[in-house]
Amino acid sequence: MADERKLECACGAAPMDTDKMWVIMGPQHPFSHGLWTLKAQIDGEIVTDAEPIIGYLHRGWEKECENRTYPKIIPMADRLCYAASMTYTHLYCMTVEKALGIDVPEKAKYIRMVADEICRIQSHLMWLAAVGTDLGNLTVFLWAMREREFFMDLNLRLCGARMTTNFPRIGGVRNDTTELFDRDVLRCVERFEKAIWDVIALVDDSSIFLSRMKGTGYLTREQCVNLGITGPAMRGNGVDFDIRRDDPYDNYDKVDFEVPVLKDGDSYSRYMVRIEEMFQSCKIIKQAMRKVAALGKNAPYRLKVPSRVPAGRAFMRMEDPRGESLMYLVSDGTDKPYRLKVRSPIFVNVSASKPLVQGSRIADVPVIMAMIDMCLGETDR
Amino acid sequence: MFKDPMANPFYPYGGAYNLPYDVSYKLWEIIGGLIAWLINLVFPGNGVSEWLISPEPSNAFALIIFMLIIFIVVFVCTLLSLWMERKVLGRIMDRRGTMIGLKGFLQCVADGLKTFMKENTIPKKIDKMTYMWTLSLIIGASVLIACMIPLSPRWFVVDYGTGLLIIMAIFALAPFFILVSGWAQNNKYSLIGGMRAAELMISYEVPILILIATTCLLAGSFNIGDIVNAQFGSTWFIIPQIVGFITFIFCATAEAERVPFDIAEAEAELVEGWQTEYAGMKWGLIMLAEYFRGYVSCAMVVIMYLGGWLIPFAPAEINGWAPEIVFLLKAWFVFFIMIVLRGALARVRTDQIVNIGWKVFMPLSVINLAIVLLLKIGGIY
Repeated sequence: MADERKLECACGAAPMDTDKMWVIMGPQHPFSHGLWTLKAQIDGEIVTDAEPIIGYLHRGWEKECENRTYPKIIPMADRLCYAASMTYTHLYCMTVEKALGIDVPEKAKYIRMVADEICRIQSHLMWLAAVGTDLGNLTVFLWAMREREFFMDLNLRLCGARMTTNFPRIGGVRNDTTELFDRDVLRCVERFEKAIWDVIALVDDSSIFLSRMKGTGYLTREQCVNLGITGPAMRGNGVDFDIRRDDPYDNYDKVDFEVPVLKDGDSYSRYMVRIEEMFQSCKIIKQAMRKVAALGKNAPYRLKVPSRVPAGRAFMRMEDPRGESLMYLVSDGTDKPYRLKVRSPIFVNVSASKPLVQGSRIADVPVIMAMIDMCLGETDR
Repeated sequence: MFKDPMANPFYPYGGAYNLPYDVSYKLWEIIGGLIAWLINLVFPGNGVSEWLISPEPSNAFALIIFMLIIFIVVFVCTLLSLWMERKVLGRIMDRRGTMIGLKGFLQCVADGLKTFMKENTIPKKIDKMTYMWTLSLIIGASVLIACMIPLSPRWFVVDYGTGLLIIMAIFALAPFFILVSGWAQNNKYSLIGGMRAAELMISYEVPILILIATTCLLAGSFNIGDIVNAQFGSTWFIIPQIVGFITFIFCATAEAERVPFDIAEAEAELVEGWQTEYAGMKWGLIMLAEYFRGYVSCAMVVIMYLGGWLIPFAPAEINGWAPEIVFLLKAWFVFFIMIVLRGALARVRTDQIVNIGWKVFMPLSVINLAIVLLLKIGGIY
């Protein structure tokens, strides 16, 4: 190994020693969205080795849940992922409902689906903004954030909060859709379906953006499955799997949508999958809102549930904006969970950072890692 | 004393009229006369007041005021382009840009004050001598070329026969200093940034020199005044050299280290590249120097392709009107193009910039040279 590293000098002078260098990117580095570190070993500009270090944001979430009653965990579940807070709350409520063995009203299911998809669009837009800054363009960042504002306002109309919503409840949702929400949601979605083309055109019509994304961060299907990668990062590698379709929860089997899958396995295909997912989310929102309207204003949206969960185990999984998130609940019959385990998609996906960035240039590392869509709140818990 | 500045025996520009020198000489006549009168009031009939208004010291003091005038004009122009960048970029990104004082112009002053107030930290384990010297040389070289750009036939510092070559030579100095400075800072990001500056330079420097040689061939002179006059005689050089114009705009963007070619300070992966360890006012001055370089790049485009201080489609009698303002307006127009480029494009990778430089810019500049040679042989120009 040492011999390889000697550069031969043509003039016959003593060979020059070269060495690989570890560059520590993070935890305070513009490329790491959140507190995590990527140690990259570089040989000139080319990354030869990489190692992710996470855990800076660990706050003992699972342990804290063991000391709280079931309803009190709902606002905590919001804080798992700030970009898509509704999904984790939803997942938690579904897990407890499964342990209780109850079925929530139809209307609550549809409202939860709408809320989920709004959060998915929000999260993907935030990811798009991050891709813009990682590529060195602030216009994409601000335009994507501008589109995101409309969905934040939708959250506001639905439940009164913009980011940490505290909306789903065990046995339903907190409130019915408001009139303002009914009015705005279709308008917002239809506007978004046109307005997002601004951003897509800015990125897709520019050969610089494409050349930065195409052909970088390759991952094969086998690697993807072996590493346990889920979500858009997996579907960009040609694995056709989406829990919403293949193991439907709520009423996802009653709406019509497609699962975008691309086979290239590079950064660009992951980008395209996420963009297409936003359009599919719009489709789901429209259908679900139609179903909500068909159920009428007086349909029940919340059940009374007992405060004690019978002893037993339950787990539930769902399609997070970032991948497959899972909660596993062990109950001992009291009003507090005995154990609540969270499987975060990013915690698993980040383990792919070494095969992803190996062999690429250091300039591509931010773009490749942006396609994983890091969210440290759920990773470190 | 001298109604006609040319009649001054110490006038440094021979037969050419120089407006800033004339202004500064007259200014000194007022200021120096006032001081001499005041001294004479206290000590009547002394030698100092007579010496102050005699031709030799008057010319010396006029030269100092002349330097100040040249620098202040360039400085204000640069601040204006900085302000313009903030406003235009803001509008591109769907926000307002800076809003404080004079439509946001005073934000530059506020930023200058802020960086001035910041703590001047110098890291411990650095090569302090090189660290400080390279910084001052980068800033000094940038200010020097910015001041050497003539704004009109009557607004110049030195009327060199090889004006364009001298400007290019000083312009190309900064990457060497950046390389040394990156090495001196004892920081991995700075080191990579410095190496990238060198990598960037080898990719754009050759095409840019071929393009300059082409323009000089067309004009038959390296003198800036002669180049502009040649465009007055025939057409603007953008018409025969449209290929060269487009290539030169991109090369000039790279020369000024702006997006999409700002790989030396790529903030996504290298924090701030070679500027990482420069804090406080040092960083503020670096930013200012960068805008000086941006201004010079635009001025070069204007001189070489857009007819310098000539008004488009104007008859000969009004073509000498306010040449400085015409020149600056054209320079800002070119800067506007650069701002739009910055708003629309992402940062290219290091290997891509070398590819673009040698496989796109280089052939284009040679094609441009061939076109000009054919035109020259055909006797059209």
